[in-house]
This record gives sequence, structure tokens and C-alpha cells, in this order.
Amino acid sequence: MNLLHVKDLSLSIGGIQILQDVSIDMLSGEIVAITGESGSGKSLTALAVMGLLPRGSVTKGSIWLEEKDILTTSEHDLCSMRGRAMGMVFQEPMTALNPVKTIGDQVAETIIIHERVTKFDANKRAADMLQRVGLTVEPSRYPHELSGGQRQRVVIAMAIALRPKLLIADEPTTALDVTTQARILELLKDLVADFDMGLLIITHDLAVVAEIADKIIVMQKGCIVEAEDTHELLYNMRHPYTKALFNASTHRVNLPEYIPSLPLLSVESVARTYNLPRTSVFGSRPKLQALDGISFHISHGERVGLVGESGCGKSTLTRAILGLEEVQKGQITLDGQPVFVQKNLNMEVRRKMQVVFQDPYGSFNPRHRVDRLIAEPLHVLENAPVGKERGLAVSKALEDVGLSATDANKYIHEFSGGQRQRIAIARALIIEPELIIFDEAVSALDVSIRAQVLDLIADLCQKRPLAYLFISHDLSVVRTVTDRVIVMQFGKIVEQGQTEQVFSNPQHAYTQSLIAAAPKLPEVTYAIETV
Amino acid sequence: MTEPVRFFEVIRYTLGRLSSLIISLVIASLVIFSVIEVIPGDPASFMLGINAREDTLAALRSEMGLDQPLAVRYFDWVIGLLQGDFGNSWTYKTPVSELISDRIWVSLPLAIYALILSTLIAFPAGILAASRRGGASDVTIMGATQMGVAIPNFWFAMIMVLIFAIHLRWFSAGGFPGWNSPLQGLKSLTLPAISLALPQAAILARIMRSSLLDMLSEDFIRTARAKGLTRSQALWRHAVRNALIPVITIIGLQFSFLLAGGIIIEQIFFLPGLGRLIFQAISARDLIVVESVVMLLVFTVIMVNFAVDLAYAAVDPRLRSKV
Repeated sequence: MNLLHVKDLSLSIGGIQILQDVSIDMLSGEIVAITGESGSGKSLTALAVMGLLPRGSVTKGSIWLEEKDILTTSEHDLCSMRGRAMGMVFQEPMTALNPVKTIGDQVAETIIIHERVTKFDANKRAADMLQRVGLTVEPSRYPHELSGGQRQRVVIAMAIALRPKLLIADEPTTALDVTTQARILELLKDLVADFDMGLLIITHDLAVVAEIADKIIVMQKGCIVEAEDTHELLYNMRHPYTKALFNASTHRVNLPEYIPSLPLLSVESVARTYNLPRTSVFGSRPKLQALDGISFHISHGERVGLVGESGCGKSTLTRAILGLEEVQKGQITLDGQPVFVQKNLNMEVRRKMQVVFQDPYGSFNPRHRVDRLIAEPLHVLENAPVGKERGLAVSKALEDVGLSATDANKYIHEFSGGQRQRIAIARALIIEPELIIFDEAVSALDVSIRAQVLDLIADLCQKRPLAYLFISHDLSVVRTVTDRVIVMQFGKIVEQGQTEQVFSNPQHAYTQSLIAAAPKLPEVTYAIETV
Repeated sequence: MTEPVRFFEVIRYTLGRLSSLIISLVIASLVIFSVIEVIPGDPASFMLGINAREDTLAALRSEMGLDQPLAVRYFDWVIGLLQGDFGNSWTYKTPVSELISDRIWVSLPLAIYALILSTLIAFPAGILAASRRGGASDVTIMGATQMGVAIPNFWFAMIMVLIFAIHLRWFSAGGFPGWNSPLQGLKSLTLPAISLALPQAAILARIMRSSLLDMLSEDFIRTARAKGLTRSQALWRHAVRNALIPVITIIGLQFSFLLAGGIIIEQIFFLPGLGRLIFQAISARDLIVVESVVMLLVFTVIMVNFAVDLAYAAVDPRLRSKV
């Protein structure tokens, strides 16, 4: 018998159709993945199975978990099913835990609210469960003392404490580093086999899907477009949307060849330490070496990637290059001029360097028109264009990134995430900088949009020599848009070299582990691409 | 909970707060002392007015020690404060410490009483409003708090005197019988405490509600619901404690206000409190009393802030590791 049987589920919220005729079948011990881009309805499908749909939801169809229809079960009964018959793991390990309770208490709570147990027994079982999910820290720790991967283990322990038959994981590894992601996926697989659970995993990452799932469901705009066994789906894709999705996630761009030239940015043995809070009343404060003897160059027209996991010093380095934070040792120069002149930002350098950040929603002032947003960097120029000339510069910048000149009069909320990232690039381009820093610039975008933005970057390189530093945790993206790559770990550069060489023949053990941990789509998809 | 790191954290945090408390006190005493010093003329001529006779002035000057150098006077004053010697009042001709100790036994219980009442009203009201967001109880409570914020406390005081003292005769309309009979003392403080508490409760309930609503939209509430907690279990077990930080801040501010800000209420109910004392001292230009009472109030405010800081750390483990 099916563990989960969703039949013709339709959902509308406030009169807007969200899901239409969604049907899912899964067995115990099976891993089913739902994938699709943002707005496809995959997370709401998961919440519907948990009976946790937002207020104002109107549903049709049925969701059978063994012999119970979730949609017709009372809230009271659902409460006793959640945590016991079905558990859920969420995306953001940083905020999914209550910051004022110990992790042991939070795991024990799952047991206490469902079973008549003493606090002592519940704590004992919670500690065992934390050990089972591979956590080595004490249950008396608070969430803020743990890393992202450790917190995700706590969330998993909470969800499986009562060994539910169905575990739902909504983007469980999206916020994690690749090596952590690999370990968490390993744990989930292991738990499914051990507990004979069904795992419904929701992720936008096709490589993760291909690695872990027995069955793949592809969703688009609230409908299932294709649902097949993993092998069958990968080797015999039918729906054009599925094909497009897989193509986009293995997208390669056409970079013009890099012609070796003179150094532009030079970073010379840069170091930065931070003081950490004391761990004892007396004694000195421990120090964190965020950057330790970092040296590298970027030449005119050279595209360089920077990869490494969280805490490796990427952000500190970016801030130092941008002149947002002083370094304690070493020097950073652009075109021979120091980024800092006596504690002040060197405006000469500012004119030659711009940045594009990750968040297409938070990096614009919502009260300014696009015109003003894009023209903002102009004020660092000595003779900035005014009046008509300024208007022309804005129009040109917009057209360069594939938008239209009339967009200048709109506000930022009128644009989608991908368009906003184009506007961010237009803003960086308007002063024709020598160097652009892309700080996780495509990480928040859906695969198809990401492919378009990467194409745009390659196009811009065709038009004029553009040097950039491309910082990303996504190795496959870095591989296609850079000529050279730098790998950082614990504030040090552990490896740097030609991108293709580093990726195909990594020398340092850390680079090897990074590349091994990154989930890969099977070769088959490349074959589709060339068809 | 007995790990050494945690124990150190708590001690380090407390010591850190304690040192900032001492620094604040030193700065406050310097500021208060110099404000009195920079008043045009000298304190003696200010207190006696322009028509004072030369010999009276000279007598007051030497009594106040104004013939001493500045630094000596400051240290004498601070050492006096530390020993409980606040000097003598010019108008009352009695030690200031006696004046204050009489009144602090009215003002302090009144402030605590009002604060307890306002918390007892605000917490349930705020929690109920947040858990029934948009429902009838929410709308009613929000409407009531809107009025509570808008209407001044002396209006409540007068209405309560009319109803409970004049019509029903349950309470006396004013005066304070002292603490010989604690029940009588408490009874005479009840109407003033209620009138002080109502507007404070209204503000506090609104803060509690909005802080709770913020917490209810957090991810960890969704996690709690996925574990099988009901809506109200999630609220009580996970949201309330997290919502307390802004609420504690407001309670701290309110206590400082209640201690000396109740002057109109003290006036209406004929209570011999600190507010009245300082009002009379200012009118009589009795600088010694003003200086001492202000220092006392500043001391209380700083102590309350210290207590608030400790409460933060008790509520939120993340704050313990930050200094």
C-alpha cells in the first residue's frame, strides 16, 4: 500500500490558483523529489501534506497518508499526527530553531508533547537521537553556538525523534556549504534506509535531485509536468520544460578568450584578524585569523573566480578589496593605486571598481526610480554627465543589460529577480569600471534566470574587455564564467590556477574534497544539450 | 548547565554590566554637580534671591562649604552621599536624607505597585490580542489600549476619586496614613497606583502584542508547529519568552518614570512623595534638596537599567556571550 497518496490536489489562496491537480504516490523507504523553480508550488505542496497551509487556503482533492485524509482531518488530530506520523525539515537552519532553548530541550519537546514520558526519559531519548544524526556537541548547547550543518542535524533529530513514517524536507541543504550538504544528504539517505521512512524532498537543485531521489516530480506553475523514476526521467526526458530546466542547470557560456595582459588588481600578503569574545574571565581574547597572507593578481580583462566555504574569509577579502574594511597587514592596489589612502577610501580606485551583490531584493532603495538607482555611481566621477548626457548614459546602461530605456522611470518593485540583477549590473557598468566584483551575484536566482544572467555577463565580455572577481559557492557556475580560480580555506589561499586545470586536476586535498562533494548531474544531460 | 564556559559567560557579562554601571554613576554625579555650579552667581545667592542680606549670604556660603575649592566640594559631596549624608535642607532645616527617606517609602511602593498592576494587565491583554489577531478580542483590546494611551493619567485619577471615593466610599480620596498598618497604607496607594498603571499598561500591552506577532511569524514557530504543537502551545512555549526583550526594555523605562513622574497623581491624592518634594524644593530654590533627589533618581534609573541588562541575559542566551 502507498505511504502517501496525493490525488488531484488543487489549492487556491485568496482566489489565486496555486496548485492544480497535483498527484503523488510514494512508498515506505522511497525517496521522492519535487523540483521546479520558485513559484512552482513545490513548498506549498509540502505544507499541504503537513496540514500547515496558510490561512485562507481552499483545497480540492485528497491527501492520503496511509488511511487518513489530511484534508478532512481535524486540526486537533493533525496536531497529534505532526511529529509522530510525519516530520518536516526546513530550509533555514539559522532561524528554524528557537534561540532561547537548548537543542536538547527542543528535541525532547517532540517526544514530550506526543507521549507520556518523564522529562528525564525524554531528555535521554533526545540525546540518543542527537547522537544518531551525528551531532557530537552536548544537548545543553544553544542553537547560536552551532554551525549551520550542526543546526540542520538538530532540526532533523527533532523531525525524526518519534520515527515518523513520512519525512518531508524542504530545501534541506540549500543554505549549506557543499561538503556539509553532502554529509546531510548522506545522513538523510541513511535514515530512510534505517527507519524505513518515506522521504519527500523538495529542492530546486537538480544535481541534488539526481543523486538522491528514486523518483522525480517536476513542477511548473502549480502543475506537475513530469513524474518518473529517476533513471527513466534522466535518460528519457519528455516534457520541454524538464529539458529546459536541465539544460539551464548545466549551462555553459561563451567567454571570449583571455589575452594575457598587465596586472590590474594586486593583493599583496594581506592579513586581517578579529578579536573573539573571551572564554574565561581572565586571560586574553582569542583571535580569528580571517585573512592570512593572501596574495594574488587580476589582470586587465581577466575573469577570476573565488571559491571556498562559509567562514573561509571570502567576505572579509571582498570587503577589503572594496575598501569597506581596512586590512592590518599587506596592501591592495588597483592600477598601481592603493585602495586606502591614510584610512580614507581612495576615490581614484572607486572610479575603476564596482560591485554586484547577491540579494536582488535588498540592494536597492525601493523609493528611488531605476533612473536614479543606476546613475548613483556617477557621482564618484570628477566630471559626471548631467542633464541629457546623464539620461543617455542611463539608457545605454539599461540597453547594455538587455532592458529598455523606458524602464528608467519605473520603481524597483516592478521588476523580477532576474531583471533586478540586470539593473544591478547596469548600475555597476555605468561608470565603465575596469573591475567588477560579483559577490554571489547569481546565487539567489532560478536556474533558467541564472543562465540568462551568465550569458549577459559573457556578452558584456565580448563587447569590451572586462575584468571581474566572481565570488560564488557554486562550483559549476565558477567553472564556466572564469579563466582562473582561487580556492580559499581558513583565511588562506590553498590553490589557484587555470579554472579548467584546477577543476579537472585539483592538487590540494581541500579542493579535491570540494569538487567531490559537489553534487553532479549525470553525463546524460550533456548529451541532451548537444541534440 | 554546569559547564565552566557558561559560568564564566555569566560572570563576565555581569562584571561588564557592573563596570558600565559604576562609570555611569561617576559621570552622572559630575554632571549634576557641575550643573549646580554653573548656575549664574553662586548657589547661595541663587537660593536666597537678589534681595538677600550680605551676612545671611555669607552664613549660607560657609554652611554650604562654598568657600572651599571645587574639587574638595565635589569629593565632600560624593563621600557624603556614600555615607548617606545628603546635607541639610535650607528651607526645611532638616537633613535631606530624612526628607528623602520619608518620601521614598511612599514613592517606591507606589511605583512598584503601579508597575505590578500594569504588567498584570498588559501581559494577558497583549498575549490574548496577539493569539486572536484580527478577531473580536484583538480589536477590543487594541481599541481599549488606544484610549489608554490617549487619556492622561490624572483624568483616570479624578474619575476614580469620583466613583470609588466620593460615590462608593470604598477608598479615601487622598492622604497617606503611613505604614503602621500595611493594609491601610496599601489601600491608600491603590487608586493612585491604578491611575498610574492604566496608561502604562496600555503601552505595554501594545508592545507585547506587536513583539509577539513578530515572533509568531518566525521560522522556529513553523518548526514547532511541524513537531505537532498546537497554535497556542507554540505561542506559550516558543514565542512568549522571545518576545520579552522589547517588553523588558519598556518596563525598565516605565519604572524610572513612575518613581518621580507621578507628581500630578501625588498632588491629586495628597501623597507625600518624591515628586512633590522635588517640586516644592525647586519652587523654594532649595538646591541641596534638588541636587540630592536628582542624584537619587539617577541612581535608581541606572540600577534599573542594570537589572534590565541582567534580565536580558536571563531571557536570551545569545546576549551572554556578547560584551
